[in-house]
Amino acid sequence: MQVYLPIAEISVSAFLLLGLGGIVGMLSGMFGVGGGFLITPLLFFIGVPPPVAVATGTNQIVASSFSAVLAHLKRRTVDLRMGSVLLVGGLIGAALGVRLFALLHTMGQVDLLVQLSYVGFLGVIGFLMLMESLRALRRARQPDAPRRKRHHHTWVHALPFKMKFRTSGLYISVIPPLAIGAVVGILSAIMGVGGGFIMVPAMIYLIGMPTKVVVGTSLFQIIFVTGFTTIMHATTNYSVDMVLAVLLIVGGVIGAQIGTRISTRLKAEQLRILLALLVLAVCIKIALGLLIEPEELFSISRIREGQA
Amino acid sequence: MNFRRFPALLLLLALPVLCTPAAGRETGEEVIADLSHGQVAITASFVGSEILVFGAIKREAPPPGDAPLGIIVTVSGPSEPLVIWRKKRVAGIWVNAASLKIDAAPSFYAVSTNAPLRQILIGSEDLRYKISIRQAIQAYWANLLALDAGDFTEALVRLRAEDDLYQMNEGQVSLQAETLFRTSVRLPAKLVEGRYMARIFLTRKGRVLSSYQTDIEVRKVGLERWIFNLAHQRPLLYGLLSLVIAIIAGWGASTAFRYLRGQSG
Repeated sequence: MQVYLPIAEISVSAFLLLGLGGIVGMLSGMFGVGGGFLITPLLFFIGVPPPVAVATGTNQIVASSFSAVLAHLKRRTVDLRMGSVLLVGGLIGAALGVRLFALLHTMGQVDLLVQLSYVGFLGVIGFLMLMESLRALRRARQPDAPRRKRHHHTWVHALPFKMKFRTSGLYISVIPPLAIGAVVGILSAIMGVGGGFIMVPAMIYLIGMPTKVVVGTSLFQIIFVTGFTTIMHATTNYSVDMVLAVLLIVGGVIGAQIGTRISTRLKAEQLRILLALLVLAVCIKIALGLLIEPEELFSISRIREGQA
Repeated sequence: MNFRRFPALLLLLALPVLCTPAAGRETGEEVIADLSHGQVAITASFVGSEILVFGAIKREAPPPGDAPLGIIVTVSGPSEPLVIWRKKRVAGIWVNAASLKIDAAPSFYAVSTNAPLRQILIGSEDLRYKISIRQAIQAYWANLLALDAGDFTEALVRLRAEDDLYQMNEGQVSLQAETLFRTSVRLPAKLVEGRYMARIFLTRKGRVLSSYQTDIEVRKVGLERWIFNLAHQRPLLYGLLSLVIAIIAGWGASTAFRYLRGQSG
């Protein structure tokens, strides 16, 4: 069954989109990640224009994180104060990111920007995750190996503008969370991702937040930043496709249910290695696209009214 | 002096030369045509459409036997400006490095004929009526002076032809007894909304004797139209609405799932 997407202006099989949302939903259910970093490149591959893929990706993340945020709020595993600081940074970053996106779109370099961002971030994150989970696996086999100390003092603790975060039990400067939030906001606008894959490690290792509030707090920030990014893209680039988003969301919810069940049968370390390999695979695929001479050197970009 | 007008001016100067009387003009041949439908509605399940173009040649005297008759049908979509990019290897990676700006290129263009175009249309007439695909693409005169401008326009035609947006259907017009003709033009799913134009040319010895022109209205209908208009006219409202719909869809679907699982378990 073909469906015409009114904003992307292409006709795509509805089952393909449901399936795509389903696979990504399944992976996010398995690994506990938003899946934006997979859905955006997959949308490029089926012919959705990059601006529409990125903007619609952010819209899809709002939906897929909403029920998770509600659950975390109910369990009180959200540090609202930390979340708000991260959010302020995120909104600033997202506003900058959307501007940059629109500017590079007119210069014909938006694809390059998106691809390079993906290669860079996925490469680094995938590599770190793989190393970390291999180490964890080794540690699990040798239980007497020395563990790393959690609350060590670093340069982060020497910064000014300190603030008390009671839920996290921290008294630290607002500069690191603001900066982390801003980076995530920029990524959300440019890559169409929630940014959890960068924010969660940063919150644990850089800010030193307790693990139990990390996921809830990052989801709290993500839902508002992606929501804001969606509106920014809708008003500056007119690139949010409602029909595409709804199909991806419905597929995603179904997939997530399956993914959650699979994840209960696998060990956490094994899951993390799988996720790391997946992230690296997506990274290599995009990198090859940049390194190998493309079959078609030419491309057409339409100049819409209202764009210089 | 405005360079954009320059080609038009050249054409104007050449007009007296182009307008020499053609064979068949004395027989008063005239083309009359119509379309199977003058409107194309893009709905949610739109997979493309086909438009039948048919007509007849009206004449006051028997057709001259010596000069072959040509029928050319063109269907063109709304024109828009665009940029063609060419990738080059920079520091090891392939990036968009060179570009050519096109002032107006039709979003859709199909040429259907009853014989190879070159046999039924001479170059000067093509230039005058802008019939072939190459003539339908307009660019700044100065931009086209670039050495490799031809590569870019060729790439545009090739890329659009791959998507069925530019079509050259030679020999697809069937002509009966030099009087009745018909052809059908495929409109692919990837259509841009707007006013499309169908033109029918009657030629003898490569010169245009008569032409006919009519419009085709291509528009999104129903929900698709409403969504598209809302997104462009009230973007803020549209953005907020997309969020609300996304949340309802995501939350609703997962609640429904939990309910189902709760019942079965």
